[in-house]
Amino acid sequence: MSSIANIGGTEGWGRTTAPTPDEPVFAEPWEGRAFALTLLTMGRISGRNLDAFRHALGSLDRGAYLDDGYYGRWLNAAELMLTESAILAPGAVDARARANRGEDVAQPPAPEQDAKPDYKPTAAGSLRTVEEPPRFAVGDRVTAKDVDPSGHTQLVAYLRGRTGVVSIVQPAALLPDTHAHFLGENPQHVYAVEFDSRDLWGPDAESFTLTADLFDSYLEPAS
Amino acid sequence: MSASINPDRLSPALRTEALEQLLTERGLVDPAVMDKFISTYENDVGPLNGAKVVAKAWTDPEYRARLLAEGTSAIKELGFAGPQGEHIVVLENTDTVHHVVTCTLCSCYPWPVLGLPPGWYKDPAYRARIVREPRAVLAEMGLTLPDDVEVKVWDSSSEVRYLVLPLRPEGTEDASEEELAGHVTRDMMVGVAR
Repeated sequence: MSSIANIGGTEGWGRTTAPTPDEPVFAEPWEGRAFALTLLTMGRISGRNLDAFRHALGSLDRGAYLDDGYYGRWLNAAELMLTESAILAPGAVDARARANRGEDVAQPPAPEQDAKPDYKPTAAGSLRTVEEPPRFAVGDRVTAKDVDPSGHTQLVAYLRGRTGVVSIVQPAALLPDTHAHFLGENPQHVYAVEFDSRDLWGPDAESFTLTADLFDSYLEPAS
Repeated sequence: MSASINPDRLSPALRTEALEQLLTERGLVDPAVMDKFISTYENDVGPLNGAKVVAKAWTDPEYRARLLAEGTSAIKELGFAGPQGEHIVVLENTDTVHHVVTCTLCSCYPWPVLGLPPGWYKDPAYRARIVREPRAVLAEMGLTLPDDVEVKVWDSSSEVRYLVLPLRPEGTEDASEEELAGHVTRDMMVGVAR
């Protein structure tokens, strides 16, 4: 899915923010609370299914993703996961916040029965063993598939259809595309693939290489 | 006020407070556990960890070789491991090669060695542009690279995390490992400083 999160190479964002050496970890206290609530939400709902959280982030509309910054989008994604798994009623957070600021609003009761995904990871973390040897070796030329699948994917949009060279065979890992939807771990080999900037952005591009990590099913041998 | 801002919009601070209340009241969240998470990342896990790794690599050639060959285990030797650090690859800057790291899809970052990411790393402008015009972006951020330095951009699009091993500053030949760690900044270990 080319969600709002898939922004590599897109234009119209303006200048970057200059780094400051003494930036606090959390700019405001609510950011720390939102960070901790999101970590706990992920753990409670889905056995730390980080991909489901990333999918929730990518499912947000533009305002929910951008308007309140990084921890704002974490908060919105956590709320989405909690609502979808019927831990919270739709609108519960909004109603409580309005009540807290003195508005006379009806607060929806908590759902009687939650609808948590039936999910048990086969091991901690995301790294897994794959029996078959890797399909590609360092130095192989590979092309990222030019597809825009529905649902979650970490096939970054700006690399679709582009050809690069495998530079590292990474440890195998569970496939975000199915894992994010609780449809199985489907571990695959992962490859760091190096692309030439001119193959991505045309002959006038700055000279550099771009390396991304791509799952086996995202790739085909270069023709 | 801009017409696009809804005056009825709830601030994230209010919504965070509401969510915390809802989950706490039902026993789903313990505020003390939240406090622990926050204090861990405010006080214990941050770029000082990465600086120790870099300083050791600058002074111990065997450690440097291990770090470049097997980043995760070499980093673990110094006691640094945990979430967002399952597999860490260390990228060696040289006189002619400069590495810079991003995560265009979210803001993945090697927490055990650098802590939580700074604002600019999470900014859509950085995520979108560093993979298209890294030299321009780096110059904007204060790092102008000579033309003869090759730029290598890394997009952390799987669970692999990247840490840049910066060049040891000139004039630090007599510095101790501890003093050297004081020369290493977060920005150098992401690659927006050199």
